[in-house]
Amino acid sequence: MHDRFEILIAIHIVIGAFFVFVGSFGLVKLPSLMSRLHGPSKATTLGVGGCLIASMLHFGALEGRVSIQEMLITFFLFITAPVTAHFIAKAHLHAEVDPESELPPDEGRYGWSTFATMPEVRMASRESRSASGDRLES
Amino acid sequence: MADSELRPSYWRRWLPHPLLTAVLICLWMALLNSYSAGGLLVGIVLGMVIPIYTGHFWPERPEIRSPFKAIAFLAIVMFDVVVANIQVAYLILFRPRDQLRSRWVAVPLDLTSPEGITVLTATITLTPGTVASDLSADGRTLLVHCLDVDDEAATVRRIKHRYERRIGEILP
Amino acid sequence: MIQYALTFGFVAVSAALMMNLYRLVKGPTVMDRVLAVDTMVVNTIALIILYGIRESTTLYFESALLMAMFSFISTVAYCRFALRGDVIE
Repeated sequence: MHDRFEILIAIHIVIGAFFVFVGSFGLVKLPSLMSRLHGPSKATTLGVGGCLIASMLHFGALEGRVSIQEMLITFFLFITAPVTAHFIAKAHLHAEVDPESELPPDEGRYGWSTFATMPEVRMASRESRSASGDRLES
Repeated sequence: MADSELRPSYWRRWLPHPLLTAVLICLWMALLNSYSAGGLLVGIVLGMVIPIYTGHFWPERPEIRSPFKAIAFLAIVMFDVVVANIQVAYLILFRPRDQLRSRWVAVPLDLTSPEGITVLTATITLTPGTVASDLSADGRTLLVHCLDVDDEAATVRRIKHRYERRIGEILP
Repeated sequence: MIQYALTFGFVAVSAALMMNLYRLVKGPTVMDRVLAVDTMVVNTIALIILYGIRESTTLYFESALLMAMFSFISTVAYCRFALRGDVIE
């Protein structure tokens, strides 16, 4: 029983560490920032998840009860890794990318939101209402 | 103007977001790392107090159409995350630099609610090969960066069929 | 068996940290460096978890959770500053 757990834990540690390594290797090798975003946000998150599953199994075999705290870290990483990737991509688009030449055209009229915004619909202000003689219906 | 419109019902005042309360209780128990009655009690108190005090920030409850499909969708996403990362590992390790065909793709959206678009964006970023970068100003198109794509239309079709259709059955 | 796997794990995560440092030093744009810092913190979380397995104690999980939260908040703060010039308006 203990041997089976040992092999399972060892496999998860090796796979997790391998994916962490591959994710960071992508940071070194890939040519542009946008392609470098793919490595950390996916492979590293999955690698840390693998190490956390190994930790859950290890402490489950050791103490006989399931500890859920590692699932919390995995859950948090899976939710926040896409958000940070999106934010870094937006900041890069704002600083370095020219929307006319490199991005595909947006089908709507207003363009991509990092470069252009929709004109806001404003509620009728008090001055314009009283000037035109409208009254609030009671 | 009936009086009940201004003054919400008893349930809505004390439990404005029941799903948020359930999630907070589960999170609190996971943080404590023990199944004890005291922890559950404090979790229930926190789960009721936090939605009441932050209730003004989200006036409406999100409409979730089918919880079973939500669980099935989560299972599909987990499977995709694990299986397709192997392909990205292969691309990173073994493909020479100049043979990567990275491209920007614009995906037209059918979802309209912010929650739906957020779930779709997170799913697109988690499944390897694609990173969601920007949203158009009117919220109808998503800008996606793909790592290695030879057929753009096939990628757009796959995203729409596999993820957006399933999210559309859960959130509007 | 676990000790060999742990040794491989430590070597792989340390090599990943070295590669992040390379990108942090070399990155031509600011966002490269922000990405490198964020990835460094996530790799440090993996290192802490592996160390906790080695010492057979659950003491270190709170610090891993705290580091995850801080890295997320600080990356969001950097990117908001780069986009708008102000973190909280």
